[in-house]
Amino acid sequence: MKRWIEANSWTLGLAVLLAALLLVTKLIQPDFGASGLDSLARAALPFALATVGMAIVVIAGGIDLSIAAMMAVASVTGAVLMDGATDAQSVPIVIGILLLGLLMGAINGALIVVTRVPDIVVTLAMLFVWQGVALLILNAPGGSIAPWLRSLITGNFGPDWLPRAVIFLAVITALIWVPIRRSKLGLRLYAIGSDPLAAFRSGVPVGQTRIIAYALCGLFAALGGLSVSMGTGIGEPIPGPYLLASVAAVVLGGVVLGGGRGGLLGPILAVFILRTVRMDLTLLSVDPNVAAIIEGTIMVAVVMFGAVLATRARRT
Amino acid sequence: MTMTDTPTALNRMGRLMVDRPLLPLIGLLILLIALLAVLNPGVLSMFWASNTLKIAIPLAMLAACQTLTMLTGGIDLSVGTVATISAYLTATLAPLIGVPPAIAIALLSAVVIGLVNGFGIAICRVHPLIMTLGTALIATGCLLVYQRYVIATGVLIPDFLLWLGTGRTWGLPNSLALFIPFAILVIWAQRRSGFGRLLYAIGANEAAARLSGVRVWQVHLTLYTLSSLIAGVTGLLYLGQIKTASLSLALPLDLPSVAAAVIGGTSIFGGRGGYGGTIVGALILTVLTSMLTLMQIPEGGRRILFGLIILAVTALFIRLTERN
Repeated sequence: MKRWIEANSWTLGLAVLLAALLLVTKLIQPDFGASGLDSLARAALPFALATVGMAIVVIAGGIDLSIAAMMAVASVTGAVLMDGATDAQSVPIVIGILLLGLLMGAINGALIVVTRVPDIVVTLAMLFVWQGVALLILNAPGGSIAPWLRSLITGNFGPDWLPRAVIFLAVITALIWVPIRRSKLGLRLYAIGSDPLAAFRSGVPVGQTRIIAYALCGLFAALGGLSVSMGTGIGEPIPGPYLLASVAAVVLGGVVLGGGRGGLLGPILAVFILRTVRMDLTLLSVDPNVAAIIEGTIMVAVVMFGAVLATRARRT
Repeated sequence: MTMTDTPTALNRMGRLMVDRPLLPLIGLLILLIALLAVLNPGVLSMFWASNTLKIAIPLAMLAACQTLTMLTGGIDLSVGTVATISAYLTATLAPLIGVPPAIAIALLSAVVIGLVNGFGIAICRVHPLIMTLGTALIATGCLLVYQRYVIATGVLIPDFLLWLGTGRTWGLPNSLALFIPFAILVIWAQRRSGFGRLLYAIGANEAAARLSGVRVWQVHLTLYTLSSLIAGVTGLLYLGQIKTASLSLALPLDLPSVAAAVIGGTSIFGGRGGYGGTIVGALILTVLTSMLTLMQIPEGGRRILFGLIILAVTALFIRLTERN
C-alpha cells in the first residue's frame, strides 16, 4: 500500500488538487452542482482526448504538433458526411473517421521513420498539411452531426454527479489503452521512449512501434475532433488551442517530455484541473479574454517548469 | 571519407546545393517566372516585378527572424503575432499620443515578447517551438483585451509608413529603402560579427560551444529579443502596405516565413544556411503564391503545398548531408 502511494504520488497529488479546486468552485458558486459538472466535463472532453493522444506519443519519446489540425480534419469530415444522414448511416461514418484518424497518425509516423527528419519538424509540416486538408473539406464552420452522438455526452448517467462525458472518456480510453498497456506493445512504447537504442538492441521493432504510437495519437485526435463536433453540433475547420493545452496537460500530468515515463491518468486529471481553473475564472466574472491570458500564462509556466525538470533529469 | 563510387547526378546536384545554395535557387526562381509567363502571357512587366518585390519584402523580413533562430536550431512562431501587435498598437495609439511615442510603445512591446521568449528558451530550456507558440497565444489574448478599450479612438496610419509601404520611386517600391540596408546588416551580422559566429557555433554543436566558453543562454536571450524586434519593425512596414489595422494582419505570414527560410537552404536543425538564400526563398514563395492564385487554388491547397515543401526540402537536405 505504502509503495503504491509512493509510486503514484504525483497522480494522487493531482487528484487532491482537482478535488480542492472543485471545492473552491463550490465556494465561489454555492449552487454549483450536477449541471455545472456536466458542462465542465463536456468542455474538457476534446482537451482530454487530445491530451491522451499526445501523452501516448510523448511516452514513446516523440511529440505531435499536428494534433489540433488532425482534430479539425476529423471534425469537418464528420460534419460534412453526416449532414442529412440517418442514424443508421452515421455509424459507419463514425467508424470511417476513426480509421481516418489512425491513417493520418500513421502517415505522420511513417514520414518520421522513412525520412528520418526529426518528429518536431515533420509534425510541424504536417500541421500545415492537415490544416489545409480541413480547409479544403470545409472552409467555414458548418455541416451537422448525428443527434445520437450529441446525446452520448450530454446529461448524466446513473447518479447525477457523474456526467456522461466523463463516462464516455473513461470507457473509450480504457477500451483502447488498457489492452495495449497490458500487451507487449505497451512495453515497447515505453521502451522506445526510454532509450530507442537499447530498445532496438533488445529486439524491439523501433520504427514500427513509433508508427503505431503516432497512429494511436491520430485515433485519439479523431475522437477529439468528433467530440468537438459533439459539443457544438457542427464541424470546425480552424484548429482550436488544443496543441499547447495538450502539451501543458501532459507535462502537468507527470509524463516527462523525452519519453519513457508516466501514465494516462495523470494527464487526464491535469486537463480537468486546467479546465476547472478556466471555469472558476468565468464564474468570478473575469473577462473571457483576460481569462484566456491567465490560462495561457499558466500553461506556459507549466511547460517551463516541466522543461526545467527535464533538464535536471538529463544532467543527473 | 573516400568516395569510391562515381558521383551520381543527384549526388553532384546535392553537393552544389549544400555548397552554393544560391545558384540552384535562383535557377528555380527563373524557372518559376518563365512558367508564370507561359501560363499567363503578358503578365511580366516592370509593374509586376516591382509589385512582387513589394509583397516579398515583409515576408523576407519575417523570414530573417526564422533564419537567425534556425541557425541555432530554434524557430520563432510568434513573429506573425508580434508584427500584428506592433502594427495594431501603432495605428490605434498614433491618434492619441502622436506617432513617435506610438511607434516606441509598439516596438517596446515587441521587445517584451522577445524577452519572454528568450527567458523561456534560454533559462528554462523550453523547446523554442512550444515557447513561441505559447507567448503568441498569450500575446493574442492581450491584444484582444487591449482592442476592447481602444475601439472608439479611431485609426491613424502614419504618412511615412504609407510612403514606405505603398509608394514607388523610379518604378521600384519604396520599401527597398528599408529592406536593402536591413538585408546588408543581417548578412553582415551573420557572416562577419561575433554574434553571427556564435549562432552558427551553437547550431552546429551546442555542447561544444558551451565547453568553449560561450554563454549560450545570453546568445539565446539576445537572439529571440532581436527576432521579435525585427518582427515588430516588419509589422510597421506591413501596416503601411496593407493600410488597415486588423487583429490578424500578419498572421498569414507565419507559415510562409518558415517555408522561405527552409527553401533558402537554412537548416532547421541549425548550423547551416544564410540570409541570402532566404531572400531568394521569399521571392520564390511570392511568385509561387501568385501562380497558385492565378490557377485558382484555394487557401487550403496552398497550405498543403507549403507544408509538403518544408518537409520535402528538409528530408532532401538530410539525405544530402548524410551522404557527404
